[in-house]
This record gives sequence, structure tokens and C-alpha cells, in this order.
Amino acid sequence: MVRALALAAALFSATPLLAEDSQEAVTTFTLDNGMDVVVVEDHRAPVVQHMLWYRAGSADEPVGSSGVAHFLEHLLFKATDTLEAGELSATVAANGGNDNAFTSYDYTAYYQRVAADRLELMMQMEADRMRNIRLTERDIATERAVILEERNQRTENNPRALFAEQVNAAQYLNHRYGAPIIGWRHEMETLDMEDALSFYRTYYAPNNAILVVTGDVNPDEVKALAEQYYGVIPANPDLPERVRSQEPPQTAERRVTFRDPRVAQPYVQRSYLAPERDAGDQEKAAALYLLAELLGGGTTSYLNEKLQFEDQKVVYTGAFYRGVSLDDTTFDLIVVPAEGVSLQEAEDAMDEALADFIEEGVKQEELDRIKMQLRAALIYARDNVDGIGNRYGQALSSGLTVEDVQAWPDTLQAVTGEDIIAAANEVLRPETSVTGWLMRDQEVTQ
Amino acid sequence: MKALFTTLIAVVLALPARAEVDIQEVTSPKGIKAWLVEEPSIPFTALELRFRGGTSLDAPGKRGATNLMTGLIEEGAGDMDARTYARKLESLAASFTYDVGDDTLSISAQFLTENRDEVIDLLRTTILEPRFDQDAVDRVRAQVISGLRSDAKDPNDIAGRSFAAMAYGDHPYASEGKGTIESVSALTRDDIVAAHRGALTRDRLYVGAVGDITPEELGVLLDHLLGDLPETGAPIPGKADLSIPGGVSVVEFDTPQSVALFAQTGIDRDDPEFFAAYILNHIIGGGGFESRLMSEIREKRGLTYGVYSYLVPKDLASLYLGSVASANDRIAEAVEVIRDEWARAATEGVTEKELEDAKTYLTGAYPLRFDGNGQIAGILVGMQMEDLPIDYIATRNDKVNAVTLDEINAFARKFLDPDGLHFTVVGKPVGLETTN
Repeated sequence: MVRALALAAALFSATPLLAEDSQEAVTTFTLDNGMDVVVVEDHRAPVVQHMLWYRAGSADEPVGSSGVAHFLEHLLFKATDTLEAGELSATVAANGGNDNAFTSYDYTAYYQRVAADRLELMMQMEADRMRNIRLTERDIATERAVILEERNQRTENNPRALFAEQVNAAQYLNHRYGAPIIGWRHEMETLDMEDALSFYRTYYAPNNAILVVTGDVNPDEVKALAEQYYGVIPANPDLPERVRSQEPPQTAERRVTFRDPRVAQPYVQRSYLAPERDAGDQEKAAALYLLAELLGGGTTSYLNEKLQFEDQKVVYTGAFYRGVSLDDTTFDLIVVPAEGVSLQEAEDAMDEALADFIEEGVKQEELDRIKMQLRAALIYARDNVDGIGNRYGQALSSGLTVEDVQAWPDTLQAVTGEDIIAAANEVLRPETSVTGWLMRDQEVTQ
Repeated sequence: MKALFTTLIAVVLALPARAEVDIQEVTSPKGIKAWLVEEPSIPFTALELRFRGGTSLDAPGKRGATNLMTGLIEEGAGDMDARTYARKLESLAASFTYDVGDDTLSISAQFLTENRDEVIDLLRTTILEPRFDQDAVDRVRAQVISGLRSDAKDPNDIAGRSFAAMAYGDHPYASEGKGTIESVSALTRDDIVAAHRGALTRDRLYVGAVGDITPEELGVLLDHLLGDLPETGAPIPGKADLSIPGGVSVVEFDTPQSVALFAQTGIDRDDPEFFAAYILNHIIGGGGFESRLMSEIREKRGLTYGVYSYLVPKDLASLYLGSVASANDRIAEAVEVIRDEWARAATEGVTEKELEDAKTYLTGAYPLRFDGNGQIAGILVGMQMEDLPIDYIATRNDKVNAVTLDEINAFARKFLDPDGLHFTVVGKPVGLETTN
């Protein structure tokens, strides 16, 4: 143990590991109508990924229409003035490409991966469906059935997903993040044409979009094409400001007990309300990111060492922090008890370990090792420019700027052990937390 | 089940004809063969090692030994216990990942150029001198058993296991490679040591490397890393005798959405008609939103979120599989439409336009496979394991384009077996019952 730590430290100081420049080839600009554009170059293969991100996700939905952002995402594959239903995807496929889309709390994104010389066609079609979709009542009925089956597949058939949905709903007292992205079933069943079109007309506009192009492209050519196809679409002057109802002070610890006969492996999940990365202010989020790494990031993480190796009370531990978010996010912990260990014992062991971690403070060697891995990750990341593009798309649709994305690696490197303990003390408070127990049907609580 | 599908992916991937990918065959001084693509623009290398055999090597009564052994490779080696080992690996900022399926054990490594020698020293110790300490065996065993308990309540896993038990008779494929709670509980450290000795040997090794490394450097690296592996290991079992009767098996499970796995006999990867089968599957259920099954079952009827079919040519048996999930009161209709589509494709074949669209997609999608060093290293190994020539990439699109409408439709009549299609349905399906 001690020897290994010394070895790691020696290694770290002896080698100027990762002194090399690891800059990403990123170009950004904004069109006259307010549309942001990010280009990431990688000329190793003649491939391009074209993505359009809208600053509109499930948390922007009107009350009573949960799931409409995702429903609309499905409907954008139907007809436009110039394309038949399904023709966009068929055209992408006929050009040897793949396409799809995804929806989250703060964004909806559409993408195609295709040979680089087909970029213009992709832009032409994506720009078309920004303003020109034409839906039929049959589209609405069929696609509503599809999203209900999607909810069946992702959530209703999976007790862990049903449990997570309840924990999340208990975490947010007033913010829309408490509703699932796919929607509550009873509201999804009522979604109609007007719900979809109203969301579409409000949010699908160039001044609410981010174009992200990655791969074998030239930024000047991307700019010329973007101006030709997206630049001619007028901005929506009535785009509403993105104001959502915020959380009040959370003052009561919450507990969720979820029972389901399909549960095979019970576990404890804890979430805390946590600040997100804010534009120009990412220091606390950086400390929370490193806190999650130190507590639950891998084999050598604190919770894993304590609970799995030493106490042998759990078979799995994890800590997660999702910093890219427009509003307050969560810091999450999970412990899966070993055979014969109760959920209460596992929870107590977790809380004891958290208290010990804060009491002992951060070990510099552990922090240095994680920071060094983060620097290495920047080199590995260059092998996946689509991943870099995703990072920008997510950030820009969640209230961050290009500068914030580029400052993030240095912000992480500047975090100290004291910063991390201060962030832990501020965030890991019972009164802002939800503790969930996922249980077999017949299990009894003590 | 997941392993089945990854096998398929390894088979169908190929490099872009247009991309400047120069594969070199490297033979190390000690005679270890590897395929290499030099890609110096980013200072790291992806190295993919695969050993043919996989969980099918398990000795009788030791089901799950190879899988548990694979989970234990990274739990301490040489003079390092599990935690010391993990710290050492993290301090090098390298990643080693291990995976095992029915036919193959894979080790995927990524490492920076600047500390490559240290990383390879560590990987060598990992492969040659894993400790398999009793406390690590017990800890990882508990994780595997926890996973097996979860699998037992997962409709997709239940379907896969039920189907395999029916289809593969007494072949190792008939049971889950992870083993059962009983078999895994009974494994000893000696069993793990034996599984390691049986699986990681030179006679079944395939190597691909992509990144910032020269052929000479790779040769030296391979001799140091793998030169002391034993020459040969446990025998690989013979081919499986498939038994897939047409009909339906219902496995009762209380959940709102039924999951159906459908299957018939498949086609071997080296069959001369494989490309006809490959295109046919793309048209029926392999091609995203455009496939016939997606169009009929999702787009027209809204019966599912997704329906797909896959050719699964494994080393010791070849299957044609598919899957769909629909609410309990709608699954019977989905099953009926799939049967109808099978029959329609068998009797009417595909149209000239469908064939041309499929060819355009399959040949044009080539460059998309070329997606990062690790991905390409995996492709290089997959090509070697399928015994494809090193210049295969240049001819692959020609093989797709050479399939004529007459050929594919004659093949469809012969291959597709609507009466032999078996549906394994897990849930509480309305209007479906087990047939005999």
C-alpha cells in the first residue's frame, strides 16, 4: 500500500508526463441570425458528423405536457414541405450514412454521420426541418404509441429505472428536472398535435440552436455552407427567455422505499442537490467533479477501498456528478450491499465512510493521480472528435460558453484538497438529500 | 446475448476503401504475428489482443471459470495485490480492459507513447503472473453472482438463456458463459488457475495495433509482452448441433412489456453466399429505420420502439436472430407481422430498388467504421480471426456489389424459413402460447 503510493508519487514527479501540447482543433463562430457554430477538425478519415442542438429539452416543457420535447424529436423524422415521412433518414442511408437524435433535460439534438463530401446535403435537410415539418393526425397517433413502447422498454420493464424516477422526483420540489425526460405515462398518453407544434414553433429557431460539425472539414467551408442553409432562416424574435421555476431552500431529508418483485439485487441510492457548472464560475463544480472521482471513481476510490476491500460490506460503490446542467444538478452515490448485509447496514457504512473522508481530508497523492489521468484523457480524447463535439454541444445548450469549455481542464487542475472538502461539506447535507432503497417485494424495513 | 451481437459486429466491420489505411503485417523476432496501422498524429497506441476459445473452454462442471478468471486478471499481479496494482495502473494513465464471450477472450490496451515501456512491463506481469488471491477470487465471485441474480430477473436475459438451452443441446453454447450461481459458487482458486492456463496461449492469439508505434518497436514489444506465453491450451469444443423447432415458447414473467427473441438457422461467415445473406438481412431487419421490419412494425403500426435482426455467425454455430419488445397486449400482433414478413421475403424476395439502396448504404457506410485507433485495432484482429486476407478491405465493396437480384432472391427462398422461425417470448403475452 504505502510502497505503491510512494512509487506513484515518484513516477509523477520524475517524468514530465504530458508536457506535450494537447490542444483540440476547434473553431467557433456565430451566424448573423444568432446561431452558434462549432467546428472540430480531424482529417484522419473522410467522415463528418453534422449535429444540430436546440436549447430546448424536457425541462422547458409546459406544465402537463411532460415528454413533448422527446415526442417532437420523434416527429421531426416525419414529412416536411419537401421531404416525405422517413425520407430524411432514407436519404442519409442512401448516402451511406447513419442518423438519429436524442433528448435530455436541457437540449434536443439531431445528428448524421456520413462521408465528408455529403455535408451540404445534410445541412440542407436539417435546415428544412427546423421550420417546415408537416404532421398528420396519423403521425401523432402512431408515434405516440412508439414513445409509449419506448417508455415500456426503458422504464416500465426495469425496476431500477422506475426507482430512479421516484428518487429524482423526490429530489426536485419545484424544478422541472423532477419529471422524467421521456415523460410521465399519463401525460404522454394525452400529447397531441398542438402540444408538439407549439413546442416546435417556440423553440426550433436558429437563435436557439448550436451547429456542431466534426471530422474531415474545413472551418471556412463549414461557415459558407452554414450561412447558405441556416443563415437565411430568420431568428425567432419571440424566443422566450429560459426561465424555469427554481428550487426553494431544501430543508427536509427525504427517504424513498421502492419495492418490486422484479428486483434481484437491492441497493441504496443517495442523491444530493448540487450546484452545476455556471458560465465563468466553474470552480465549485470542478471540486465536485473531483470529489466524485475520489469517492467513487474506480478501484482505488475511497468508498471502494473502505466498503469493498476493508469492511467487505458491499459488492459495488459509485459516485457521480453531472456538472453540465442549466440549473441545479445532483451529486449521487450508490452502494450495493454484499450478500447478508442489510440496506440499513450498507447505508450506515456509506455514511460513516463519507464522514471519515471529510475528517481525514484529501490525500495529495490520490488527487495528483486523478489530475494526471485527466491530462492524459485530453490526449485520448483527440482520437474521438465526435466526443469533443458532443462536449461543446452539451455545454453550449446548458448555459456555458466556448470559453467555459476550454477553461474546464485548467479549472480542474487548479482544484485543491481544501476546495474539495469545502465542496463536500457544502453539498453532502442530509436536508438536501434523498435516500432511496430499492427492495425486493417481500423485504421488510427494520 | 450481448456477446452474440458483438461477434457479429466484429465480422461485418471493415475499413473505408477511400481512407488511407495502410495495414502492415509485422512478425516479431520470436515469430508473433500482428497487423499494424501506424498513426503517429496522436501520441498513443491502441493494442488489441484476442485469444480464440472464450468461455466455451470451460472444463466440464466448471461453468463460469473462464469468465471469473477474466474478471480477476486485473485484481493483482506479480508482487502487487489488487489495490497496489490498481494504483500502479492509474499512475501510468493507461487503460486495460478485458472481455470474454463464447468464442473469444479479448484484452484491449491504450497507452501513451511517453511511458509505453513501463505500461508494457505492467501488462506483461498482468498476463503472465496474475495472482488470483483468494480474497480477490471471493470478492469478484460475489460481483459475478450479484450480476447473475439480476440477469435472472431481466426479460432479455431470460429470453437469451431460454433460447440457448433449447437450441444448442449439450454444447457449451447451451448455457450462459458466466455460469450459474451454483457453478460459480463452487469454483476454486485451482479452477481459476487452470482456466488461465487454458485460455491465454500463443496458438490462438491474434494481435492488432494502431497508433504511434513503428513495426520494429511493435515486434520488440510483442516478444517481451507475449513471448513467454505457453504454446498451447485447452481444446476448443466441436461444432454445435442446432435444434430450432418452429413455433413459440412463452416464459411467464410479470412485466408490462413482453420481449421476444426470434431465431432460425444462420449462415457461416466463410459461406460463399454470406454477402447475399448480409444484404438480405440489411433489407429485412438490419438497416435502422429503413428495414422492412422497422417500417411495418414501428413506423406503420407503432407496435414497438425497435425491432432488429442480426446474422450471428459464431465459431461453432451460425444463427439468424432478431428481437422485438411490445406491450403484453400487442406482442402477438408484432409476432404475426414478423412471420408474415419472413414469408413475404421468402416467396417474393426483395426488389431491385431495395437491393440497390442496400448496396449504396453498405458500401457508402464503409468510412464510418474507421472510427478511432481502438476501433480499428479491433477490426484488424477481427479480420485475422475470420481468416480474411490483408487486402480484404480493397475488395469488400466489390463483393457487396457483385450480388445480383436473382442471386439474393434465390438465396432468400432457400435460406428464410418462416415455418422454422422460433419465438421465445418473455412476459405475460396476450394471445400467445407455447407450441410444441
